[in-house]
Amino acid sequence: MTSSTPRLRPLPLIGLALWVGLLVLVSVWMSQQSYRWLPVQASTAAPLVDGLFSFETGVGTFVFLAVISVMAWVMLMHRAEKYDESDAEPIEGNTRLEVIWTAIPFVLVMAIAIYAIRVNTTLGVLGPMEHIHVRDPLEQQGGYPGDRLPPESVEVIARQWSWEFRYPNSGVSSTELHLAVDQPVTFRLVSEDVLHGFYIPAFRLKQDVVPGRAIDFNLTPTREGRYRLRDSQFSGTWFAANQADVVVESGPDHLSWLKQAAGQPLQSGISDAVQEYAERGKKSNPGWATVPPAPPPQVNVPGSNTLPHDA
Amino acid sequence: MTSATFPASEPKPSWTRYFSFNTDAKVIGIQYIVLAFFYFLIGGLLAMIIRGELITPAADLVDRTVYNGIYTMHGTIMLFLFIFPVLNGLNNLLIPTMIGAPDMAFPRLNAVAFWLVPIFGTLLIASFFVPGGPAYSGWWSYPPVSIQNPLGHLVSGQGLWLTAVALSGVSSIMGAVNFVTTIIRMRAPGMGWFRMPVFCWTALAAQTLQLIGLPALTGGAVMLLFDLVAGTSFYRPEGGGDPVLYQHFFWFYSHPAVYVIILPVFGIFSELFPVYARKPLFGYVYVALASFIIVGLGLVVWVHHMFPSGVAQWMRNLFMVTTMLISVPTGVKVFAWLGTLWRGKLRLTTPMLFCLGGLFNFVFAGITGIMLATVPVDIHVSNTYFVVGHFHYVIYGAAVMGVFAAIYHWFPKFIGRMPYEGLGKLHFLLTFVGANLNFLPMHPLGLMGMPRRVSSYDPEFAFWNVLASLGAFLLGVSIIPFLLNMVSSWVLGPRATHNPWNAIGLEWLLPSPPAEDNFGEHVPTVISRPYGYGLGQPLVENQEAIERELNLQEARA
Repeated sequence: MTSSTPRLRPLPLIGLALWVGLLVLVSVWMSQQSYRWLPVQASTAAPLVDGLFSFETGVGTFVFLAVISVMAWVMLMHRAEKYDESDAEPIEGNTRLEVIWTAIPFVLVMAIAIYAIRVNTTLGVLGPMEHIHVRDPLEQQGGYPGDRLPPESVEVIARQWSWEFRYPNSGVSSTELHLAVDQPVTFRLVSEDVLHGFYIPAFRLKQDVVPGRAIDFNLTPTREGRYRLRDSQFSGTWFAANQADVVVESGPDHLSWLKQAAGQPLQSGISDAVQEYAERGKKSNPGWATVPPAPPPQVNVPGSNTLPHDA
Repeated sequence: MTSATFPASEPKPSWTRYFSFNTDAKVIGIQYIVLAFFYFLIGGLLAMIIRGELITPAADLVDRTVYNGIYTMHGTIMLFLFIFPVLNGLNNLLIPTMIGAPDMAFPRLNAVAFWLVPIFGTLLIASFFVPGGPAYSGWWSYPPVSIQNPLGHLVSGQGLWLTAVALSGVSSIMGAVNFVTTIIRMRAPGMGWFRMPVFCWTALAAQTLQLIGLPALTGGAVMLLFDLVAGTSFYRPEGGGDPVLYQHFFWFYSHPAVYVIILPVFGIFSELFPVYARKPLFGYVYVALASFIIVGLGLVVWVHHMFPSGVAQWMRNLFMVTTMLISVPTGVKVFAWLGTLWRGKLRLTTPMLFCLGGLFNFVFAGITGIMLATVPVDIHVSNTYFVVGHFHYVIYGAAVMGVFAAIYHWFPKFIGRMPYEGLGKLHFLLTFVGANLNFLPMHPLGLMGMPRRVSSYDPEFAFWNVLASLGAFLLGVSIIPFLLNMVSSWVLGPRATHNPWNAIGLEWLLPSPPAEDNFGEHVPTVISRPYGYGLGQPLVENQEAIERELNLQEARA
């Protein structure tokens, strides 16, 4: 550190440019890698969310590595010599630099915000935006504008601790959610007790289910397969076990499933909590107090929640 | 103009004062910090149980009810009984000595605020032993699950929890009134706003947030307590109440609470980087003011915790933008620290290592914070382990590491003895590696869709959970060298001089440890800005005489 103005000499400038170029390459690579950290894309929303996340990963990687590079540099190059008790050259500030490092983050986050608002708007047009209204059976008869009314609607009833899915058009109920690929579906989310979260990671969509409200929620699955629906808002003792499977199948398969299901007699649906609660009762020291689970819903098709799933 | 003189030697005060209703801010500061670390050990033990349960996919270590109680108490203890008290301890030690005040503005109120901590702490710990066990609904305590009260008793774990949180709010408001008044009214002659150390700026900003935000949480908690024990329906849907209303009350305070925690840590970074880089703080005025920009923005971001709760689209967009704007003043601070380090003469002492490690973790947390601010990504990862990872990077990775830095840095001043460097560096290494091993794997887990607060999970999440648990156990071990260091150096450590780090600041012009009334009648007049490293200007009038006197006194002892 002999020269007082090392920044203006060509060699350090070239070194800096090479280093920044390397960081850009690493950031681009990370933004491509970021898709692999996420579950498979199984809804129209998923690619939009993943694209935004990938962009943020790229920008974030660059900012992180740039800051860490400076830290590493000063730790390697600007250490005090042993027994050097003196102070460094006193630089108290630099207004131009301060303006620059206010402006650059501002522009950067606003760019991310604009991108995010656009994704958000597209998602709203695609349908996942919820419509909240007071829970009242009469409101259903009012209907929606015809062009926005998706062909299928499913009532989702969240309980402590089970999920029940009703298909009012077909008179079917199940504890496994079946959807037709590429067909928009409207959910009507209601809770019988506490807050729950309707979360299907493969769809990248999540919506709290609020007791006392009915929430309309639309999405379009795009990939056949078996996925997990997880309760995402803490709901008490068996919160972790409050999961259901989501089966996305082809249109014809879905129709035949509905038809077959309609013919089945009502039986107890899946509720892991009910099972565990019964076993727990046999123990001498079962643990702390809990609300008892609601009885398993009576459905046409219990389905399964132990088969291997894609995400 | 008289030079400062100090009484030769006072009778050594008894250690029993730490267990009494003492009004000396320095005693209260140490009371706060020691008590906070007692609770830190309890909260940490609970974390070990959590990570023990999560090392396997099945719920097999403890019953699910026990798991839920334990994770709830872990969060509550770490926030209300560790991090807030430990920061209030630092405030008590540093604010009066840094601004040259003899004590806090309201010493008795200060002592009451402290003694409320063991009271509500005992109440909270006692809830482990009431029938039905402690609160189990998470530190958010969202209704209706928090008002279900399975046994139906009047005294329940949840009821005790709410009482404790309300008392914690009262204690913190008392503390905030005191800190704000002290900083505004009791600065040394000559110490204008822009000659005040940044730690005091950040403390003032953080305590202002406490005064604005805490009434919302405390009021919200009292209403929840009424719903629980008195049958009211503020949040009960079946009685016409709205459960989402609680979330607004809760987050209106609890998001700013994160700034209450991190702002003083920014203050610690701003104090320590100049000392160990031997350079003035880069852009002091802007760094000082940025704290208040963070306060202003921090008050209008709370809805970002509620994006999936059912809020309107315009609200989502608005709160996304305000949240992202906070990264601008925060970035200013980060760049100012880098500017301070640049071409400095770095000394990698234990406190400096903790600051650098804390800054590393904080930058990472800032980037995941931006991701969480954007609504579409947040919808996917909210209430997953991604948030848990982000939060622990902020609170443990940055804030707790900053607190450790502060403890190592100011230990000689207030205890009068030097901590051991070797143990300190070992502590740093274990903490830094442990924290990253523990909290980094939480991010892929969240992206894959693992919800937070689960006692069991699908087998595809096992790999990252095993890593996280190993990191947690390493963090558990990391506290051993710290405790060894603190106890042994307190008892046996080499005596500290008044300014062992060669730092600039009023507190370093006091003997170590300072007299009860700090400068007493002889408060020096401040004549320049803080952090004048390399400028060769004295900080106060007659600085040479003051230092000569201190050196003489040390030579005599």
